[in-house]
Amino acid sequence: MRTLILATALALSAPAAFACETFTVGDLTVEHAWSRATIGAGRPGVFYVEITNAGDTDDALIGLATPAAGMPMLHETVVMDGVASMPHAMSIPVPAGQTVALAPGGYHGMLMDLSTALKEGDSFPVTLTFEKAGEVTVNVEVLSLRAEGPDCEHAAQ
Amino acid sequence: MPLPIAEMVFTLTDHRGKTVRPVDWIGRPTLVFFGFTWCPDVCPTTLSDISGWLEDLGPDADRLNTVLISVDPERDSPDVLAEYLSNFDPRIIGLTGPLAEIERAAAGFRARFEKVAQGEHYTMDHTAGVFLFRADGRFGGIIDYHEDRRFALPKIRRVLE
Ligand SMILES: [Cu+2]
Repeated sequence: MRTLILATALALSAPAAFACETFTVGDLTVEHAWSRATIGAGRPGVFYVEITNAGDTDDALIGLATPAAGMPMLHETVVMDGVASMPHAMSIPVPAGQTVALAPGGYHGMLMDLSTALKEGDSFPVTLTFEKAGEVTVNVEVLSLRAEGPDCEHAAQ
Repeated sequence: MPLPIAEMVFTLTDHRGKTVRPVDWIGRPTLVFFGFTWCPDVCPTTLSDISGWLEDLGPDADRLNTVLISVDPERDSPDVLAEYLSNFDPRIIGLTGPLAEIERAAAGFRARFEKVAQGEHYTMDHTAGVFLFRADGRFGGIIDYHEDRRFALPKIRRVLE
């Protein structure tokens, strides 16, 4: 069912291009960077990405910076007793040998104070700062508000 | 457990400006969730899932009342809800109104919400599950936020019977 839903959502979004680019810094690979279109600039945007640590040292994502938002933050959606909240995350662990996803319903970048509305098909840079590996800048693709992720398997890489 | 819809009391306004009371839902199965348009993570994901379910159900979904109740009436006017919902399945209705009425609605569903400061802004903690009711208004289950989405459609089909 999930696949069906995903397929429906993806049919509504532009062919994934930027979201399928891969960026590396040290032992880390950063890919599938995407965001959702926003209604105006008054509401926050969101930032999702996947980080793979191929090394044997644990690392952590400790910050975001982007010209697209005045106050980008790391958040984690937590559901406790059925109630969803979004506390600030000081850092997101990227353990050795593992892949960590900032994905709907879990960790996410929260892009507060957007400089302009995010429109489907646009892209913008986000610089991720890791505790050990340092900084890497990725292109983030804006998908529709309805998107659940980029379709990279089927995109021309 | 949520009250049967027939025992709920509140008056809200939908995203087209129409007054809605729970008694209006009796006669059709109902799917209700709480959210707010300022929320970039949980709410679009839930709306996207629900839109997918409605599409999978096809014409059967026309028999459902599918309702988003805003927990953030300060920012969610009917117009704001209309613009937001235009991104999702057109069968989803958005409700907003005075805070006191939203509190009455949440009480009937045994749902909770709370305003939380976030820097100079605020966000809303809120019950994230999707409530299901049978056509006669009896409670028919909840689709929890982190529940395997494969169980969602059978649960909705059960209240459609
Ligand atoms: Cu957030």
